Amino acid sequence: MSASLVRLATAGSVDDGKSTLIGRLLFDSKTVFTDQLEAIERAGRDRGEAYPNLALLTDGLRAEREQGITIDVAHRYFATPRRKFIIADTPGHVQYTRNMVTGASTADLALILIDARKGVLEQSRRHAFLASLLGIPHLVLCVNKMDLVGWSQQRFEEIREEFRRFAMKLQVHDLTFVPMSALHGDNVVHRGASMPWYEGTSLLHHLEQVHVASDRNLIDARFPVQYVIREHSRDFRGYAGTVAGGVFKPGDEVAVLPSGFTTTVRAIWGPGGTTVTEAFASQAVTIELEDDLDLGRGDLICRPGNRPHTSRDVDAMVCWFSEQGALKPGSTYVVRHTTRETKAEIRELDYRLDVTTLHRDETAESLSLNEIGRIRLRARQPLLFDSYRRNRSTGGFLLVDEHSGATVAAGMITGPSVTASNVVWHTAAVSRTERATRGLTVWLTGLSASGKSSVAVELERRLVASGRPAYLLDGDNLRHGLNGNLGFSPADRAENVRRVAEVAKLFADAGVVSVVSLISPYRADRELARAAHEAAGLPFLEVFVDTPLEVCEDRDPKGMYAKARAGEISGFTGVDAPYEQPKSPDLVLRPENGDPAAMAALILAALE
Amino acid sequence: MASPAYELTHLEALEAEAVHIFREVAATFERPVLLFSGGKDSMVMLHVAAKAFWPSPPPFPVMHVDTGHNFDEVVEFRDRTVDRYGLRLVVSSVQDDIDAGRVVEDPKAGRNRLQTAALLRGIREHAFDAVFGGARRDEEKARAKERVFSFRDEFGQWDPRNQRPELWDLYNGRHRKGEHIRVFPLSNWTELDIWQYVEAENVDLPSIYYSHRRPVVQRDGMLLAHTRFLTLNEGESPYEATVRFRTVGDATCTGCVESTATSPGEVVAEVAVSRLTERGATRADDRISEAGMEDRKKEGYF
Repeated sequence: MSASLVRLATAGSVDDGKSTLIGRLLFDSKTVFTDQLEAIERAGRDRGEAYPNLALLTDGLRAEREQGITIDVAHRYFATPRRKFIIADTPGHVQYTRNMVTGASTADLALILIDARKGVLEQSRRHAFLASLLGIPHLVLCVNKMDLVGWSQQRFEEIREEFRRFAMKLQVHDLTFVPMSALHGDNVVHRGASMPWYEGTSLLHHLEQVHVASDRNLIDARFPVQYVIREHSRDFRGYAGTVAGGVFKPGDEVAVLPSGFTTTVRAIWGPGGTTVTEAFASQAVTIELEDDLDLGRGDLICRPGNRPHTSRDVDAMVCWFSEQGALKPGSTYVVRHTTRETKAEIRELDYRLDVTTLHRDETAESLSLNEIGRIRLRARQPLLFDSYRRNRSTGGFLLVDEHSGATVAAGMITGPSVTASNVVWHTAAVSRTERATRGLTVWLTGLSASGKSSVAVELERRLVASGRPAYLLDGDNLRHGLNGNLGFSPADRAENVRRVAEVAKLFADAGVVSVVSLISPYRADRELARAAHEAAGLPFLEVFVDTPLEVCEDRDPKGMYAKARAGEISGFTGVDAPYEQPKSPDLVLRPENGDPAAMAALILAALE
Repeated sequence: MASPAYELTHLEALEAEAVHIFREVAATFERPVLLFSGGKDSMVMLHVAAKAFWPSPPPFPVMHVDTGHNFDEVVEFRDRTVDRYGLRLVVSSVQDDIDAGRVVEDPKAGRNRLQTAALLRGIREHAFDAVFGGARRDEEKARAKERVFSFRDEFGQWDPRNQRPELWDLYNGRHRKGEHIRVFPLSNWTELDIWQYVEAENVDLPSIYYSHRRPVVQRDGMLLAHTRFLTLNEGESPYEATVRFRTVGDATCTGCVESTATSPGEVVAEVAVSRLTERGATRADDRISEAGMEDRKKEGYF
């Protein structure tokens, strides 16, 4: 038997008959066992109830039986020949929002109960919003207790229209309405004869048919390394983890983040060493790579041309779980995101969201238990993430209290923060003219091995010797520290140039001559570097070291061209990645201009 | 095999989830241990653990909380299995607690209740910080609320009103010294799933899970094995029957059912049409009260 597994979440309160509905699903699909029924009947008789109380099947804990409410997520299981179902049954009251969020996080489909007599209540809206916030792809509105409104088609349609109007504000892609009576069983498992006007199927039939396979992200290949398996006798080093998105195949070229190195997938193993030809989202596998890159837990394997965001600054919606204290900007928590754990400070609370009206309160200063809002946080280490809308695995995170160990919040990432716009610039007390020296930036661009670094080294030496403070910013060297988390994709190269430009600008502002030696192959990136300097009123000199490609290849001091030609590395400028020549550089240096010392002299002359 | 739609079958999905949980614990805890009774759930758990760390052996020992009332077939199976997987076995024995006067045995009741003390002592003596158990949420009502990572305080207690929210596949195992986390990789498996997996994967089980002839005694509407541990009550007379066991535990209070199933496939067929859950039919001690399991869990039992 190869049924598929479907995860459901139910939301609604005892008053809506939610437990009765689940009891009915279990009961009518023949999974309630006789002894559990006997126990229920005994308990029911003790309370003097007339018919077996199906809710007792699902309300397990003594406190709940005493209070007649569901206080925690309970998991239920039932099966049909086509599918196995896991139900996360969550309480519907507002004080248990956190339990619904918990139960809904992995659901494929949410069941929301509505009492036909009461119609769409605040609670129904809240449940629908939470289902959409948690990214549940399918929503089923169970309009229950139709027996108490005379099986009225008109009443059902009123409720359906009202709910649809509200749902338009949410991101719900698949909305289904089923009129039913859980107590009598109509339209739960069987159609029943009471509502001939209803043209749809029973709830169970819908659950068996709904298409959930395509809900996962099979586009963006993401593999957070969870654990490293080493077997020295076989010289085996495998990266174990669960595919969080997309598909990986042996032979795929992959990039490893945060280091940015690229390599190839040598082999993929399923549990127990089965050979896997394609590993897809939700599979637990072990990946072997061609190169010895020494990855660890928290690193992420993806495709070179499709990377997640890398940022320390993240915007997210959070649901606050803690009874002990409120979320306040300025506090620090442990972040659990994919297989990475780091600390993060809550930088800002943008707004608190009223989950019933969707009103945003931008004056809110904290979030209390069960409240939802949008925050910005700054993590100590960069997170490798996608937006939650795009990928629930790489977009969701937990906040954990360092001291108590409690899970205090769940977060859904909306995207990287653009923090600069909200940071106020503090003007220094020292103006540029008061500093001892005037700074500027000399930016050397050109192919690898074109001679940029030799010229830059010589230029720095001469400047310092002449009493002018100068400092060399070499691209290769910066990749060991400041830019150690960047690779060589166009996006990462852009970020590399942006950072170097910002650092050069700071040196220049401090009165130092920044000597930048960086391939910086993209014209647009260099233009931004220039614009940043011009905006700050600092001189910027673009020097194009125009050494022909064949000359660079002949030199090949680091053997990089040979590797690139052999296909061992990819994205190498001049071989399989472009170099865009400057259109109007301030200075062009060619091999015929002489040795590095002579070229440095040309730059010095240009600076006078 | 997965279809081109990139879909897992339900067994593959359950296995992937359990593998993820094993690896998560191995990566984030210092001293995990797997509780191993030789029963089918702990055997499936061990089978999945072995697959999770292939080609290495599981990076943790196994612990048997020994009631002293074991079926001989189960002890023999336990030792054979531990050898086959190349594992270190730790035994924490109820008899030691009785001999030391730490617990008092009620000759009328089985020893399952006494396992709590031996379990907690074993965890303490070896300073285990994560304890894998084979419990499943479908077994009984209190377990339906159990987390995959279940925090236990320094007394091993479970507080059902104060459980950590558990989302996506992110598990929070934070704890202080002396506290530990119970981990249930098979949380979402049903009894039927276990048997289907045993069949699909050829998981080795003790022989008493399959049909065999043995002397039995009728008691409290259950069939009990007539072993050297069982004291016969007034009017009880053992007779031969063809039976199999659905759980293995204290031989004095673990019931069997009449069955001719001799293979996992035949057991699956019986389970699929069964109208009795395994605990109600075969565990005398769970009938104590509707909230019996909840109380025992709070004390630190699974």
